[in-house]
Formats: sequence, C-alpha cells, structure tokens
Amino acid sequence: MNQPAAKPNLTSVSNEVETALYEVRKKIYPRAVRGWFASWRVTFVILTQAIYYGLPWLAWNGRQAVLFDLGARKFYIFGWVFWPQDFIFLTTLLVISALALFLFTAVAGRLFCGYACPQTVYTEIFMWIERWVEGDRVQRMRLDKQGAGARKIGLKALKHGLWIALALWTGFTFVGYFTPVHTLLGEVATFSLGPWETFWVLFYGLATYGNAGWMREQVCKHMCPYARFQSVMFDPDTLVITYDANRGEPRGARARSADAAAKGLGDCVSCDICVQVCPTGIDIRDGLQYECIGCGACIDGCNQVMDKMGYQRGLIRYSSENAMKRGDARPISARSLVRPRIAIYGTLVGLLCLVLVGGLYLRSPLKVDVIRDRGTLVRDTADGRVENVYRLQIMNTDERARRFLVSVSGLPQLEIVADQPVRVAGAMTQAAVVAVRADPALVAAGSHPIVFRIEDADDAAVATSEKSTFLVR
Amino acid sequence: MSDFVSNAWALYVAIITVVSILACAVLLKSMSTQRSKGGEREVDTTGHVWDGDLTEWNNPLPAWWMWLFYLTIVFGLAYLVLYPGLGAYQGWLGWSSGAQYEQERADAALAYKPIFDRYARQDVTTVAADPDARQIGQRLFLGNCAQCHGSDAGGSRGFPSLRDRDWLYGGEPEAIRTSIAEGRTGTMPPMAKAVGGSEDVKDVAHYVLRLAGRTSDNLRAHRGKAKFEATCAACHGANGKGNQQLGAPNLTDDVWLHGGSEAAIMETINRGRSGAMPAHKAFLDADKIHLLTAYVLGLSAEKK
Repeated sequence: MNQPAAKPNLTSVSNEVETALYEVRKKIYPRAVRGWFASWRVTFVILTQAIYYGLPWLAWNGRQAVLFDLGARKFYIFGWVFWPQDFIFLTTLLVISALALFLFTAVAGRLFCGYACPQTVYTEIFMWIERWVEGDRVQRMRLDKQGAGARKIGLKALKHGLWIALALWTGFTFVGYFTPVHTLLGEVATFSLGPWETFWVLFYGLATYGNAGWMREQVCKHMCPYARFQSVMFDPDTLVITYDANRGEPRGARARSADAAAKGLGDCVSCDICVQVCPTGIDIRDGLQYECIGCGACIDGCNQVMDKMGYQRGLIRYSSENAMKRGDARPISARSLVRPRIAIYGTLVGLLCLVLVGGLYLRSPLKVDVIRDRGTLVRDTADGRVENVYRLQIMNTDERARRFLVSVSGLPQLEIVADQPVRVAGAMTQAAVVAVRADPALVAAGSHPIVFRIEDADDAAVATSEKSTFLVR
Repeated sequence: MSDFVSNAWALYVAIITVVSILACAVLLKSMSTQRSKGGEREVDTTGHVWDGDLTEWNNPLPAWWMWLFYLTIVFGLAYLVLYPGLGAYQGWLGWSSGAQYEQERADAALAYKPIFDRYARQDVTTVAADPDARQIGQRLFLGNCAQCHGSDAGGSRGFPSLRDRDWLYGGEPEAIRTSIAEGRTGTMPPMAKAVGGSEDVKDVAHYVLRLAGRTSDNLRAHRGKAKFEATCAACHGANGKGNQQLGAPNLTDDVWLHGGSEAAIMETINRGRSGAMPAHKAFLDADKIHLLTAYVLGLSAEKK
C-alpha cells in the first residue's frame, strides 16, 4: 500500500477522528403505495403463499401430495416418488433455477428480489399486518415516539401477537412438508410433538418472525449473497429502476398551478414520496444502488404524484443505461432483449427444461444395482459347470407392487438360477440373489462381461439392463 | 491424547486455544472503530487515502452484527466448558462419542424389541415359515454370513452349502443354533502316513469315489476299502456315512466340501483339511440368532 505524502494540514494530532465501523440501524417506516408494481407484488405474495401454505394439505393416491420423508429417504411429489438415486433431477432443477435467475437479472434486474423472494414476501405480509394494526408511515412514526401508554402497549402486543401467530403457522407448515401434516396437527393438538419437530417449528417460526418483523432490509443489505453478486450480471442494456435526471432536475417544490418551465424547474417536485415508500430506505434519485431490491414502489409512488401534478408518468421508470443515453422515454423497450447473454442464458434454460421434462417423462420406476459376491468368485457345480453368484438390489419406485423377471445374456448357454418372479412391494427395495452358470468347455478362463435384464412380468415396458462380469476359472 | 507422550502437550494445546479465542475478542474490539487523521469529512470515509486521492467509503455494518461475533466467542468458551475440546479436559457434561454410540444402539434395540420379541416366542419351524421373518433373516444372512457361504447360501470350496440336505453338524434347529452361536472347528489331520504310500492314498480315494457313487477304478477301490475301514472309519464310520458329533462329513452323498475329483480327494487325504466357523454370539444377540437359525432351516426346507 502506498502511503500518500503527508499533507501539511493533515498532520496535526488534534485533527484525529474516530470512525465507527458499526452503527445502530435506523428504523425504516415504508409508506403504503398503490400501483401497477404493487398489484403485481400482491399477486405474487398471494400466489406463492397459497402454494406454500396449501400444498401440504393436498392429498394424492391416498397420501400427502408433497411429502419429503427424510427417515425413509423417499420424496413424494404428486404421482412421483423420488429416491436419493434421483438426485440428478434436483440438481437439474437447481441449475435451471440458477440460470433462470441469471436470465431474469440480465433482462430486468432483481425481479426475484422484488416479487418472489421469501424475504420480500414475508416482509410484505408482516407490513400489511403492521399497517392494519398501527396505521401507515406517519402514524407508526408517531406511535414509536410516544411514551409507553396503554394504547401503545396494546397495539404493539396485538402486532407482535399476530406476527408470532403467523410465524408459528409458517413454521408448522414447513415441518408439514416432512412429517405428514395431519399427523402433525394431531400432535400439536395433543401437545405430543417430537423434539425435532418442536425445534423446527420454533426455529423456522422464529426465523420468519425475526427476518420479516425485525431484520427486513438488513437481510438484503448485509446477508444476501445475491445482492452482492447480481451486479456482475448487469450490463448497459439491463432494465433497472431509473430516475430520469434529465427530466427531473433541477428539482424543487412548486404549486400545482405553477409553470415549472418559467421557474426553471424540472419535473421532480421534491415530495420525497419515492424515499418514503422505499423498503430499504434509499433515494433512487442518487442512481442505481446495491440496496435496491427492484420492488418498483418508488415508480408507483412517483407516478401517483405525476398524475396529481398533471405531468407525464415515468419520471422514475424501468429503463437501461443505454436507453437513457438514447433518450428513450419508453419504460421497457424490446431492443434491450436482443443480446448475446440473453440468448445464451435463454437457450440454456430452455434446453435444461426440456432435459428435465424429458427425464421425468422417461423415468423408469425400476432401478437395479448388481452386486457380485466378493467372498466367492467362482464355484463348481455338481455337474461340472462354473457358477457365479450375484445380489440384485431391485428398487421399485412405483407405489404399487410389481413382479420382475430376471434374465442374463452375454455368454453361450448361460443359465440363471433364481426364484422367479421377484415380487417387490410398492416403493420398496428387495434383494434378489441369483446364481449364473456356464459350461467351462464353452467359455475361456478369465473375466467376461455379461448383462442382466430385469423386466416387469406384467408390463414389458418397465425394464432395465445392468452390466456385470462373469468369472471362469 | 494418547498420541502425545507428555501431558504437557494437552496443556500446550489448551493454552493456544484459549489465547486464540481471547485474541479474537481483542481483534474485534480494536477493529470496530478506526482512528484516522484528517478532521471532519464531508462524506463518511474510513480515512484511508491511497495514491493521493483514493479513499474508502465507510459502509458500516449494523451493530448487532458485531454482537453476533462476540456471541460466537461466548459460544466457543461455553462449548469448551461443556464438551471435550480443551486439551485433555473431558468437559463438564462428560459427553463422549462412544457413549453416544452405545446410547443410540440401546435406543435402536429398544425400538426394534417388539419385532424380535414376537419371533422369539415362536419356535424355529414356525418362524421359518413366516415370510416377514424370512425377510429379516435374509438381511441378517446377507450382512453376516454371505461373505463365506455366498449370498445364495450355496457355499463354496471349504464353506458348506446351506441349501442342501447334507449337514456336517446336524440340521436340527438346535444344532444350527449352536453352529451359529458357538461356531464350529472341523479338522481332518493329514492321513498319508497312516494310509501308507501314494499308491495306497490313490486306492483310498477310489474307494471314497465309489462310496459317493462316482466312477472309480474297481480294483483300487477294492484295495482301498480295507485301508478305509482301518483308518478313516474311526471318524467317517465304517459305511462312510460320517459322524455329525465330530463334524466328519458323510462321504456317500456326493456332496463335497473340498472337491470331489480324484486329485481333490487325494489332496484331502495327503494334507488334511481344516475349517472354522467363528462363534457369532459376540456379534449377534439371541433374538437375531433365532431368526438366522430359522432362515437357514428354511433354506434347506425349500429343496424337497
């Protein structure tokens, strides 16, 4: 590190200052806002939470439709039963999610943050409750400044009570994905919840209450990794929430009837609504900032003011660096979408979605592991042939019992000795031990590849082949 | 800490641990504020100046974040008091991984006890006919027995097949149970000298082949018969039917533990054979041995 040459005015000891590298958070009181983007957010909140809270209560095939049975390592999702061996599907889904996030970010910034991120969604719900109990921004700020009185304590108790109730229900729902939710409800009703279930209900509930009630924008600003790396996916064509400084400046208050042009003022009336509605407490007029979660509240707020003033909407709007340079006033232009990075992300997401759907469609309910006996490599039979023994671990991921036939090929006159057909109960695994015999006169000594074919006795479409080796002495 | 010669090493490790943790606290304290020269600034910067005009914007973390760091230090110290971690100190709770393992085993045994109890009350023949018990038995067999006897219990050279009707030590439930629990040691001493020369051994081998109903040289078998009755009959019986008390195999059923060719039989007579089945009562409790006995009994019952 190069120390700069000391400047004469900086050397004095009395000049020394102490800077705090940590500071007490200033509470943000976001003001309620209505508009196009706010409506979208409400829609997304309702949609995501209807799925989250509702899904565990859905029944399918006489069981819970979506249930992750960790103890049995079986993951039920509607008609499918996934086993740990199906991990590739989860991997594909996660890769698709990541690439989709990149795609959306490259197109229009932090769409996920503003509308679908649980942190935003729960904060939104908690703020609805807060607004319902305590009122909007000004009332809340006034209430917090008041000394503790009966009304304040009552309101605060009501707010936190509602928050905690919702948080506990959220925690209960979360555990309901892992323990059948009807069983869980019975356990809660009779106070017989297991220790881990209790822990997770409380932990998830507490995390919801803490994150959505207390932490709020601090999660986005200080904890979220996406907030930190999303900027590398931005480029000059990425749509971001932009304050049109050319149009707005110089800002200044004025009467509705005043002629702004005559006063030499821009369209910004310095009402500070955009700052008051911001859930992260920033001023969008300072330009793009890492705290901005792209929720569009400032756009909605500003448009309301512009309407009242009789000015054109869109002083704050979705625009891109390039669109601003071109002086393009449209909030969204198709031109920004035709870019190599959009094409690459889009193609990859599309391809992987096809792979996932195709993989799920072609997924067989039958999986087999062939394990050769290690203790005994070869043995002789009474009639002079050689015999190898194999253990076939047959997994039936279907929910009904199936009967399987095992055959073997790869060497002349191979004979298989097994109890056929092998019955495997629904969503179960069964070890089938088979012996394979060959005539040493027809097969040279050494190791030979052979192939087991396992097929459903009643449904030939369900079949699989597994390779193994046959040893001759 | 048995890897270390002296107890002083435990103390050394403990001191390093504690000093490191305390140093973290000191570092945290010293790094939570920054002293710099330059007086009051228009924008909040850390006060660093590089290359004449490059400064660093101060973006303070929330104060509770810093308290989380202090909390980790408190957690660390509390952990070291409660659990082993500080040198050779065993921790206030007296926890050990071995004790936890034993506890989990005991819990599992308790959880599965009703299943085993149900079968323990039934006799072996009844259990052998129960499909669920056979499932459990098969898993026990695959885990404990298949290494030698094969996954299909078909055995191998030196390891008897458990699927046939031929038993070295008896096929009654109690005999099978004893074989599993107590193990078996079968020894045939080298008999070449007792029988005579190599030609005499060949003669006896041919007699044994004839006992089993295999093709044999009539003259040699005839000569071998006398030697067999003089030497081998002590264990295998005059008629070659074996003796389950001694574990001497029946030589007349054409079931071979060590091979039924002329060469294999001569090898057996010349050099002797020994086989050992380890006792399993140390690994498997009585209820599991009960299920395994039933499974093994059921294996040969399949082949009628």
